[in-house]
Amino acid sequence: MSEINTQTSEKVEFYLKDDHHPENSTNLGFWLYLMSDCLIFAVLFATYAVVGRNYAAGPSPADLFDLKLVAINTAMLLFSSITYGFAMLQMERGAKAETLFWLGITGLFGLAFLGLELYEFYHLIHEGATPQRSAFLSAFFTLVGTHGLHVTFGIIWLITLMVQVSKRGLIPENRRRLMCLSMFWHFLDVVWIGVFSVVYLMGVVG
Amino acid sequence: MSSNAPSHEDVHDAHHAHSHGHEASHGSLKSYVIGFVLSVILTAIPFWLVMGEVIESKAALVAAIMILGAIQIVVHMVYFLHMNTKSEGGWTMMALIFTIVIVAIALAGSLWVMYHLNTNMMPQMSPEMMRNLP
Repeated sequence: MSEINTQTSEKVEFYLKDDHHPENSTNLGFWLYLMSDCLIFAVLFATYAVVGRNYAAGPSPADLFDLKLVAINTAMLLFSSITYGFAMLQMERGAKAETLFWLGITGLFGLAFLGLELYEFYHLIHEGATPQRSAFLSAFFTLVGTHGLHVTFGIIWLITLMVQVSKRGLIPENRRRLMCLSMFWHFLDVVWIGVFSVVYLMGVVG
Repeated sequence: MSSNAPSHEDVHDAHHAHSHGHEASHGSLKSYVIGFVLSVILTAIPFWLVMGEVIESKAALVAAIMILGAIQIVVHMVYFLHMNTKSEGGWTMMALIFTIVIVAIALAGSLWVMYHLNTNMMPQMSPEMMRNLP
């Protein structure tokens, strides 16, 4: 793994030329958090997969879901992922104003996603498709709602970091925080792939 | 310490430069754009398949959605989350593999067990009969 320099003078010292452990473990720690979050979503997906067809004589996914809306929603989240990537690239360059600009765009796409999702929820509940209606709807609102809650907290985190960066600049601490939020944001996009595939598309297929 | 041995500061600096260079290699404009284009294609195909009612067979449609979704998750992992076998000394990959194993067991196990519970329920059993069970 590493080359060791030894010396035969009176004081013998050893050096590891490469790191024998990661110097900065924040990334690994945050990754472990994301993996535990992944387990939460796995459990909710399993619940949905088990009870997702128990309609209790109520509406089925094909009756309820508007795939055009879901497609626009998916596009919003995908756009926010690439704009966050642009923000990270500007951060690497040390360009504060451009970083803030792209973070702002990311936040707007995030808010658009959230707005469309809330509109969909409002629409469903208005039609009587409430979480109490059937096991399918309970599982649906829990799974999609948990994802939406994550996006909400991601946006709060994003705004907090924008204030931090505008006040203190791209100091190492803020770079680390932006890196963590980047992983969180892209992770939410990964979860959304599962949501639109399993819940919406496969639900409409039946 | 003799002069030809690297001082602690040198080692430290080299270390820093190394880790910084590593972070900088975490994605370029090109890799983000490639990831984005692939994601758009991999999202558009399943939506087109379902909304355009292209495939007749339900099973084939579900299989296509699942496979395309799985490919897109890998694309996101590689191009957006910058997963590779080397980051953090391979520990992120280890954690990911562990999580995938647990998720697979939880999902497959739940579906298997609950499917059998459903099919082994007596079909003619009404709620009233269930209340009168011993």
